[in-house]
Amino acid sequence: MSVINAPYEITDVVHHPSRRRSPIAAQIGDRLVRVMLFLSASLSIAITFAIIFVLFRETFRFFGMDGVSVGKFLGSAKWSPLFSGEIGIWPLVAGTMLVTTVAMVVALPLGLVTAIYLSEYAPRKLRAVLKPTLEILAGIPTVVYGYFALTVITPGLKFLHEGFNVFNAFSAGLAVGILCLPTVCSLSEDALHAVPRSLRDGAYGLGGTRFDVATKVVVPAALSGLVSAFLLAIARAIGETMIVALAAGATAQMTADPRNEIQTMTGWMVQMALGDASHEGMEYYSMYAVAAVLFVITFSLTVLGNVVRKRFREAYE
Amino acid sequence: MSQNSEVTNAKSPHRSLHGRHRLDRWFVRFCQATAMVSVIMLAIMLTAVFYQGLPGFSWRFVSSAPSATPSEAGIRPALFGSMWVCGVCALFALPIGVSTAIFLEEFKPRRRVMRWFHSFIQLNISNLAGVPSVVYGIIGLTAFAGMFGIMGQTNEAAFEVGATYFDQFVSEGDRILLVPADAAGAPEPILKSGLVALTSSGESVQVNVIGAKSRLPKQADVRAVTLREDAEAGRISKKTWYYFRLPLGRGVLTGGLTLMLVVLPIVIIASQESLRAVPNSLREGSLGMGATQWQTVQNVTLPSAIPGIMTGAILAMSRAIGEAAPVLIICGIVYIGSNPSNLMDDFSVMPLQIFNWAARPQAEFHSVAAQGIIVLLSLLLSFNAVAVLIRNRTQKTLS
Repeated sequence: MSVINAPYEITDVVHHPSRRRSPIAAQIGDRLVRVMLFLSASLSIAITFAIIFVLFRETFRFFGMDGVSVGKFLGSAKWSPLFSGEIGIWPLVAGTMLVTTVAMVVALPLGLVTAIYLSEYAPRKLRAVLKPTLEILAGIPTVVYGYFALTVITPGLKFLHEGFNVFNAFSAGLAVGILCLPTVCSLSEDALHAVPRSLRDGAYGLGGTRFDVATKVVVPAALSGLVSAFLLAIARAIGETMIVALAAGATAQMTADPRNEIQTMTGWMVQMALGDASHEGMEYYSMYAVAAVLFVITFSLTVLGNVVRKRFREAYE
Repeated sequence: MSQNSEVTNAKSPHRSLHGRHRLDRWFVRFCQATAMVSVIMLAIMLTAVFYQGLPGFSWRFVSSAPSATPSEAGIRPALFGSMWVCGVCALFALPIGVSTAIFLEEFKPRRRVMRWFHSFIQLNISNLAGVPSVVYGIIGLTAFAGMFGIMGQTNEAAFEVGATYFDQFVSEGDRILLVPADAAGAPEPILKSGLVALTSSGESVQVNVIGAKSRLPKQADVRAVTLREDAEAGRISKKTWYYFRLPLGRGVLTGGLTLMLVVLPIVIIASQESLRAVPNSLREGSLGMGATQWQTVQNVTLPSAIPGIMTGAILAMSRAIGEAAPVLIICGIVYIGSNPSNLMDDFSVMPLQIFNWAARPQAEFHSVAAQGIIVLLSLLLSFNAVAVLIRNRTQKTLS
């Protein structure tokens, strides 16, 4: 801050008041601003209602069409609206789950261990490398991960094992896993960081090693935060689009073999947006139905995460 | 402790001290190795992109339009499209996001109903942050591009400002005559002599119509305004920079508003954190001096929270630039050769262009995609650098 030389320069350091007004004018301004802020905050609720309204209105329209019924949608295990009009959603759900499972097998352990390392062990130098790396990794657009999966991971997998398809669930899953890694890591680290020092000190005082303290005291104490971080990462993996659109293929099939080509729910929406399907037909409106299913799944996962964090939190003063 | 006693200890249900320490050392090594995986991943990714993209990279790539031949493809329209869309997105997302954050953090109510409303909005925002961006794309398509179908179809404007339509007649030679039309869907004019038209240089002339088989007049100036009565017209439009239509269609404005939906929760959460970091003593001081709550926010809280809000805003914008899925749902893959010139213009964004190149089977286009990624990543990294710079410059304790 600059040194004050003359008395008249005191205005340089005093914060300028916005305007001199009568108290009543200020009160009225205050009210007005309150209303404006209230309106912009209400917008978020309006967005939620718009999402629910749009998805459900168009989904109802979809189920009102010829050859479409809720029973077929949930009861059949074949998905090919474009050719045979089969609209069983399960192949898309199975594809999504396959990719998500592969992704979580990669992201959850790696993310958790990295978070434990960052919060319990890491010397300052390594932290200075790891933190920015994770931030960069989190900031890379998903389409770049898709490119990476398509041009690096898939050829690598094919080199290791011939059975991999050009488009396969495994390489998409790996890329989604790398994408989710920073999310898992930073949220888990927050949860671990929130565990009070006194607990650690107590455990060390009882003669625990760092391993004991980390696995038997800190992780259990932060469990609710960790679980909600995991749920958030799962929701993110389920909703991931560009990677699966590039690397997972476009054949909806029920399979548990990650070497196969599959299609996810998001992948179907991309195919509809890209394709020349007429904007009136049943296959176009199936996009809304699939989006509604996706929304219900991810929304319930986030709600579950909130509940876990609130209900099962171990509160330390 | 001797070696012997440790062996007997190992048989007891409790592990020996030695064993526990060994486990601890192994665990540290395991942690180090795991933590390094992310660094290795990033290194491999960047290496792969630069290895494929750097050899063909040149300024020409940044400054030219997409093309069917890989060696001539460029990213300029997508780059400008990204800038337009992000500008619109920032224009809407930042004021709304920051004011929502102020409402949630600075105007905490005492009444029970309002308290409930507050916590409801808070929960709602954390839920919105978890909605996949494709779903936002679908909402944008229905809500902005089509206006829920209330205002007519997406592709046909129910209301528009700033566009003029012409019927373009091209007859023998390179004579082009433009006959003004009332609207995009107006019927073609009946050709008769005396109809007023514009030449390609903007002059207003009277059209001379001759029979389908009759010979062209000899005089050059008459011949220039002559059309045969069976001449075919093409409907063209001239749009000013303030061209606006409803429903919004699949243009820049729709893209920006949709990305606004995607980044709004991020802006709100970042701004809230930054406002929360302002110590309460400052607020109390201001309120104690007799300022109203808004005066306190305006003069005390907001100025000290601005650096944090800006950092969050820049990170949110870099998220918006990298987002492809909602834009893909809204405009599909379109071939755009020029920069957008008004808010309703068709557009493409960089991630979408990269997706387009990467999804092609030819390997040459993969290296073009890598070049696009280099442009995108360098833009994003400079964004991040600015954010980090602001954060470091302004990091000071206020309490």
